[in-house]
Amino acid sequence: MILTENISKLYKLEGVEVHALRGINMTVAKGDFLSVIGPSGSGKSTLMNIIGCLDTPTAGCYLLNGHEVSSLSDNRLAEIRNQLIGFVFQSFNLLPRLSALENVELPLIYRGMGGRERQETALSALENVGLGDRIGHRPTQLSGGQQQRVAIARALVGNPPLILADEPTGNLDSTSGKEVMTLLQKLHSEGKTIVLITHDMDIAMQSQRYVRIHDGEIVEEKVVPS
Amino acid sequence: MKLTQAIRVALAAIWSNKLRSFLTMLGVIIGVFAVVALVSIGQGATQAVTDQVQGMGSNLITLNITGRGPQRGISFADATELVQREGIAAAAPVISQRVTVKYRNKSTTPTLDGTTATYGIVRNQVAQAGRYISSLDLQYRQNVAVVGVSVVEDLFAGSDPLGQQIRIMGTPFTIVGVLEEKGSGMTGSNDNRIVIPITTAQRLLKTATVQTIYIQADSADVVDRVITSLEATLKMRFRDENAYSVFNQAQILDVMDQISGTLTIMLGGIAGISLLVGGIGIMNIMLVSVTERTREIGICKALGAKRRDIQLQFLIESAVLSAIGGIGGMALGYVVIDTIRRFTTLTPIFSLRVVATAVLFSLFVGIFFGMYPANKASKLNPIDALRGSG
Repeated sequence: MILTENISKLYKLEGVEVHALRGINMTVAKGDFLSVIGPSGSGKSTLMNIIGCLDTPTAGCYLLNGHEVSSLSDNRLAEIRNQLIGFVFQSFNLLPRLSALENVELPLIYRGMGGRERQETALSALENVGLGDRIGHRPTQLSGGQQQRVAIARALVGNPPLILADEPTGNLDSTSGKEVMTLLQKLHSEGKTIVLITHDMDIAMQSQRYVRIHDGEIVEEKVVPS
Repeated sequence: MKLTQAIRVALAAIWSNKLRSFLTMLGVIIGVFAVVALVSIGQGATQAVTDQVQGMGSNLITLNITGRGPQRGISFADATELVQREGIAAAAPVISQRVTVKYRNKSTTPTLDGTTATYGIVRNQVAQAGRYISSLDLQYRQNVAVVGVSVVEDLFAGSDPLGQQIRIMGTPFTIVGVLEEKGSGMTGSNDNRIVIPITTAQRLLKTATVQTIYIQADSADVVDRVITSLEATLKMRFRDENAYSVFNQAQILDVMDQISGTLTIMLGGIAGISLLVGGIGIMNIMLVSVTERTREIGICKALGAKRRDIQLQFLIESAVLSAIGGIGGMALGYVVIDTIRRFTTLTPIFSLRVVATAVLFSLFVGIFFGMYPANKASKLNPIDALRGSG
């Protein structure tokens, strides 16, 4: 699913070079549930952006589902994000003006799916996360846990093989956080590949495998004993 | 992303910021309103002038003789002879002067036209009551008068003027007819007027010279030929081109059309500038909107929105904004024009062509000024955009 070879990312901030990533080699197989763990500033967000095709590496090679993506145009990257990746963010990132259903419809709109089919697909995705009765609510009318579940429904609606979750429990209370983790584990059992970014070891222990990043390098790679 | 979907999303975005959207639209509303209203009024004025000039009579040629040296005009006999030529259907020499007219204790100062019976034909003027002056009146130098409606109002205030005696410069005249109401023209009121036989007028005003001759040509085709032949004769006679002037209705119409056309373009241009300012307002608010929605743009991009999708969304938003403004301005323009038509003497013309142009132009303004903000939005880097606030 994911294969990175010697990925580096170099930022230039006011003339100062910052090595966010220094030669990351990582493989994620189909159906894997991998956590990337590291303190803030370790480079894990940069790694997540590159894996999510939101950014391209300065050096190295990144194969996603067999596509070499490090040299693609913006528009091709947008297509790949739309088709292959479902994003779950720490701050949910729902559009406040749209209802839950309309938020979930968004990826399908960009895919060019027609009205009736789109609504039905979005509705079943919301039902899948247990929010079939909240479709007309705005994000502000929902609790944090419910908002994150809407976001997960949005990530799932296009049926992408890869789910990329960036600190999905970071803004939630522990009960909601547990619900979200249970949901992710359920998705994993249904065959999705999941990459989870976190700074919390307890969360990382709930996945199959984790890599620890420090100063832009992988310092530890371990399978979680089940 | 489909167009209808994009328009729906744009309407939602506009609706979520009602006051701001309305204020932005106001620029376009006022711009379109100004274009529609001013051009309509301008066109109405053009039409009114055209109607008036045409109402003076058809195929009309006006001959003014100012003379040379002590000779201030030509005699009635010379005038009659002058117009005996091919292409002229009718001619009416006129001696004009402003006079004082009295009836009992009331008085007024209309324009007196001493002329012939053909004056009515040439100037497209008929008597609405009684009769017009006749050739017999001329022959016997009758003291008869046909009066305009303003004169009737001033002197008789509702009672029947026919058969009454009035005094023009002290001389008694009998009213035999009342002229049809014509409204005001370029040469002053057409209703504040008294027509008497030219022979009587010569005696009354103690003058023998005619300074104006109104001529009706056989048809529009021969107007130019008649003018040329008249000018040739007059030049021979006076040896001075400044001693006379000949002009026809078409020339007056041309000049009037030119003046009011220029006026309309000028008014429309000024109004167009306000529409342009409205467009700049749209651009301004769209730029603010792009900044505010940086995060939203980032989310959409992460979900797979291409540059084109983002561009389209912002472009449609500004186009919808200005189109709604355009329709609002058109509606406002219609209401104001209708009010003007009802409560003033102006008759503005609400032409569909102007309305369509104004609304299309406003749409164009919206798209043109939306282009830069839309482009800016679409170029945002998804990571930076996601990190952005909003």
